[in-house]
Amino acid sequence: MSPLDSDIAHLLAGSMVLLSFLLLYQDRMFALLNVFAFHAFALAGSVAWQAYLQRAPHLFITALIALLFKGVIIPIALRRIVVRLGIHRSIETVVSIGPTMLFGIALVGLSIVVMLPVTQAEGPFVREDLAFALSVLLLGFLMMVTRRNAVSQVIGFMSLENGLVLAASGARGMPLVVEISVGFSVLIAFMVISIFLFRIRERFDTVDLQALDLSRGESS
Amino acid sequence: MSASMGQLALTALLCTPALGALLLAAIPRYRLAAAVNVSVCALTLASAAALYRHRPQPSLYLLVDDLNTVFLVVGALVGFSTSVFSAGYIAHELQTRRLKVQDLRFYHAMYQLLMFAMNLALVSNNIGLMWVAIELATLTTVMMVGIYRSKEALEAAWKYFILGSVGIALALFGTILVYLAAQEHLGQGMAAMAWDRLAASSAGFDPSLLNLAFVFLLLGYGTKVGLVPVHAWLPDAHAEGPTPISAVLSGLLLNVALFALLRFKLIIAGNSHVLAPGPMMVTMGLTSLLFAGFMLYRRRDIKRLFAYSSIEHMGIITLAFGLGGPLASFAGLLHMTMHSLTKSAIFFGVGYISQLEGTQRTADIRGLTHSQPLLGWLLVLSVVAIAGMPPFGIFTSEFLLVTSTFPRSPWLAIALVAGLLIAFSALALRLQGLAFGDTDKRHRLPAWRLAPMTLHLALVAAAGVYLPGPVVAWFRHVASQLG
Repeated sequence: MSPLDSDIAHLLAGSMVLLSFLLLYQDRMFALLNVFAFHAFALAGSVAWQAYLQRAPHLFITALIALLFKGVIIPIALRRIVVRLGIHRSIETVVSIGPTMLFGIALVGLSIVVMLPVTQAEGPFVREDLAFALSVLLLGFLMMVTRRNAVSQVIGFMSLENGLVLAASGARGMPLVVEISVGFSVLIAFMVISIFLFRIRERFDTVDLQALDLSRGESS
Repeated sequence: MSASMGQLALTALLCTPALGALLLAAIPRYRLAAAVNVSVCALTLASAAALYRHRPQPSLYLLVDDLNTVFLVVGALVGFSTSVFSAGYIAHELQTRRLKVQDLRFYHAMYQLLMFAMNLALVSNNIGLMWVAIELATLTTVMMVGIYRSKEALEAAWKYFILGSVGIALALFGTILVYLAAQEHLGQGMAAMAWDRLAASSAGFDPSLLNLAFVFLLLGYGTKVGLVPVHAWLPDAHAEGPTPISAVLSGLLLNVALFALLRFKLIIAGNSHVLAPGPMMVTMGLTSLLFAGFMLYRRRDIKRLFAYSSIEHMGIITLAFGLGGPLASFAGLLHMTMHSLTKSAIFFGVGYISQLEGTQRTADIRGLTHSQPLLGWLLVLSVVAIAGMPPFGIFTSEFLLVTSTFPRSPWLAIALVAGLLIAFSALALRLQGLAFGDTDKRHRLPAWRLAPMTLHLALVAAAGVYLPGPVVAWFRHVASQLG
């Protein structure tokens, strides 16, 4: 594999980590959705490049799913939901940006420290790919923890899933079943969530989870 | 001959619930749907029982061995009796209009889909397929927890969904790492995901990758098992969903997640250079036991109370399997079986009680042995059983576990006994308020509705008094495999 090949792979996977950082501090709904679309594009590019490098045509399907489903359909659908719920103008107060970003950097450092020594035996290529994937995964967790709004939690979850797909595509010859199933599980997950969002909206006039967090079932 | 019989039984085990789900989605009439639900579950139970005798040839995707037959038979049995309970329970929910007729098609279809997903997770030989099946099982239960659409139910379902997805994401990452470790030895492709080959050749895998993988798997599938500190979804999901779902969650789904953990533990155990998975499991199990034991004291909701008791018992079972050795693993298997049966029996009782009393608050429920003697006493007996009193089976398994722990690590045994006693006294305290005391209320319940509960209790009591030889041999064989 030529150095250029692995440089391109690193560029694509690394840009996913960067975009995860961008996701962390977006406080407007539409901007968040746009950044997520780019996140999915970067994933699609990364997976497609892996497909080319590994001569694994089935990975192109995964790339296509990422591109069309996560990059186009979901952002558009979420945009419509956001408009319908009337939260497109609200600005979400994220836990202050400084500490979140610092924590995110620490997580990326952690994943590199954990993954690189562990994967000594693998080729240099798989190692870095896994380190990037774990970073995206952890940043997705961080986003889910720091957000209160249901829509942005969903976005956090999907960015996390993107990290998983990145890891799965980096693992040589991982059977197709898994990739497709990841795609499907996202589809199902999304449907479930959107149903929930609508019901939540119907009942409480808010998608802010803080408003839902009142009852632990034992308040009385 | 036996293998082809086994193949047939395996096909039936998977196809019956899948077709049942399709069929039930199309049946609008409640009585018919409930009857179909029960008979589909009965067929599934029959095929699971057939698998005990006849084993099909293992393939790259599906595998039936001694370990998963235990889980399959217990699961199918609890699934069947829960469907009987569900028929009576749902009829009442329709009368009180908490559920609409339209919801029922959805409910029954989801019930069978859940059974299908759990059976698939248990018989899958492919770690990727197992992951997909457990994910599917989680999603179906999320939908059912939220079925009442009240504010609390939605919150519980949302919490369950978010925590469950996080857990499942961690588990997938662990699965990918296991595949990476395996593909150097088994080559790329399906063979490197087949469990039997992984377990057979794990000695040569890269130990550091396996270490990391097991941490992710333990946290990931541990979320599903309800181990502390990733248990937060469990009490809400149990309390806010329909009670048959609480019974299935406690009796089945937690076991299936634990089964996944055991499969991976067996892979890890084949490699002598890896950190032993046992101590990690013991720590999480003991933490769950102690934490849940203390949490039992402050519960004011009856379903939440028993949900915490499930966390406690899953902790005990995880501890037993983590400890390992033929005796402790035997105790773990027995405890898992007994807990499934007893806890689902308790939820059957609790379901009727909350319907008759119209509340789940323990403060408002008194004197059950007066207001509805049969149900009240059955509940008393099952709580006595779950608290670990003789002559019930849980006493046997806890006794075995404690006696096998003492010679090996006395301090752990002391902590274990302390945890058991804490939980016992909490349950005894609550039971007194629930079951005894004066009340003017009188309720009548058709006796057939108590049949599933009675059956489970009878089995647990019988197991406590006398375990039949074949069962002992079967469990002992599985325990020796578990190591």
